[in-house]
Amino acid sequence: MQYKNRSRRIEKALSFICFFLIIGFWCLASYGGWVSEVFLPTPTSVLKKIASMAQDGSLWANCWESTSRVLIGWIWSVIVALPLGMLMANSRKVSAFVQPIIEFARYLPVVALVPLTLLYLGIDETQKYTIIFLGTFFQLVLMVCDTVSSVDKNIINAASTLGANRWQVYKEVIFPASLPGLMDDFRLTIGWAWTYLVVAEMIAASNGLGYIILKSQRYLATDTIFAGLILIGLIGLLTDFLFRLLSRIVAPWQERLTDTK
Amino acid sequence: MREKDTNRKIKLSVRNLTRTYEETNEPVEALRDVNLEVAESEFVMIVGPSGCGKTTLINIIGGLDHATRGEVLLDGRAVSGPGADRGMVFQGYSLFPWLTVRKNVEFGLKMKGVSKAERARQSQKYIELVGLTGFEDALPRQLSGGMKQRVAIARTLANEPEVLLMDEPFGALDAQTRVVMQELLADISRRTGTTILFITHDIDEAVLLGDRIYVMSRRPGTIRDVLTVNIPGERSHNSLVLPEFLDTKKKIMDMLWQESNDAALDR
Repeated sequence: MQYKNRSRRIEKALSFICFFLIIGFWCLASYGGWVSEVFLPTPTSVLKKIASMAQDGSLWANCWESTSRVLIGWIWSVIVALPLGMLMANSRKVSAFVQPIIEFARYLPVVALVPLTLLYLGIDETQKYTIIFLGTFFQLVLMVCDTVSSVDKNIINAASTLGANRWQVYKEVIFPASLPGLMDDFRLTIGWAWTYLVVAEMIAASNGLGYIILKSQRYLATDTIFAGLILIGLIGLLTDFLFRLLSRIVAPWQERLTDTK
Repeated sequence: MREKDTNRKIKLSVRNLTRTYEETNEPVEALRDVNLEVAESEFVMIVGPSGCGKTTLINIIGGLDHATRGEVLLDGRAVSGPGADRGMVFQGYSLFPWLTVRKNVEFGLKMKGVSKAERARQSQKYIELVGLTGFEDALPRQLSGGMKQRVAIARTLANEPEVLLMDEPFGALDAQTRVVMQELLADISRRTGTTILFITHDIDEAVLLGDRIYVMSRRPGTIRDVLTVNIPGERSHNSLVLPEFLDTKKKIMDMLWQESNDAALDR
């Protein structure tokens, strides 16, 4: 027990050390004058920028704008991908019907679809949700299908010999057994959703973190670019943390490789 | 108490069962014309060399696989597909890892729509029967192999199946735990009168537990012989050294030795 606590503490310390090293290097390069302020702002100026954005309210407004776009686009993708992926995993016919088009669409770069979405949907919010949807949906369907098909066949057999019908097998066995894997799929795809959000906001938006970054480039406001990047990173870390927490709540029975017993 | 009556009613019978796999270009015959019967409350063993199709046979009886020809009759009615009337216990336990011991045991009852109070009563009874009192709220990952298999047995028995099908249930356990589990099962069979069909490649296990033993041939699997076991007294680890035990064991060893000898000559 002592030993385990100690190794946990060391792991935590290592994670922080990595952050401090990068920040330290940043400090050296900017305060030390190795790199011009135009290209690499000092940590102080970035923090000041974030503080002033927080004061005039634009920080929260833009963070919220971006987060809600990510959430709405991604939730749509989950709503469609989850049942479709489960169906694909359990029906060869459904799989044969949709698999080729999904595999095809999966390789289309979302950026290349932006002109079409602008043409069809204009520049309003729907266009942004669509970009995020397109960016995550095709991957998520296949991930869900894969997660669901890898459920231990033996427990499905056990359930049917205990009298569970097809629907009960889905609801009482396949779904709960897939939950930990599904949570991982969700956690990964919401990360990608953030990437596509920035794509969407850089092209046609009048607010959001991606828009701020693009606008700052025009004015050489590298401090604002850094502020935007740091905010996206922090929101990403927070999302990841929340998903891990949620996984532990919905599937506390899950054994993980990193678990110390 | 189970009465040792030879004119008992036939519970389960397998008629001319053949299973051929035709997934590849060369069809593989796993089972050929298997016939067997299990009477009510009888404890029947199937013993055979590995790869003789024992698991295929029990999977077909349990409805997890289908026969190419022939049929499985339960109380005289042909059955196909899995059902709660034929409970199965697998070598790999196959517990639901997200459910506690109690919830695992209640699973089949829940599927049937049995009320919560009745489920609790029934599950408690079978948890006690397999000696897991005190572990009701544990998760499977917290249990040892032997305890997991106790849960699996309780889970199947709680469903009150017409026949209990067991596919090498103790194969993954260490030798000591295996003997303990064998005694537990002999005791359960005596106390509940459950009809049991049990598959194993372990001759000691077959002779220790069975009222009758079917000996299978190598692939394509077919019934080679059937023996009645007459060991006096309750079955326990003490039975392992009785002359009747050793006699039966010797007979089966000879049959299986001949099987593998024939196989060697064929090559």
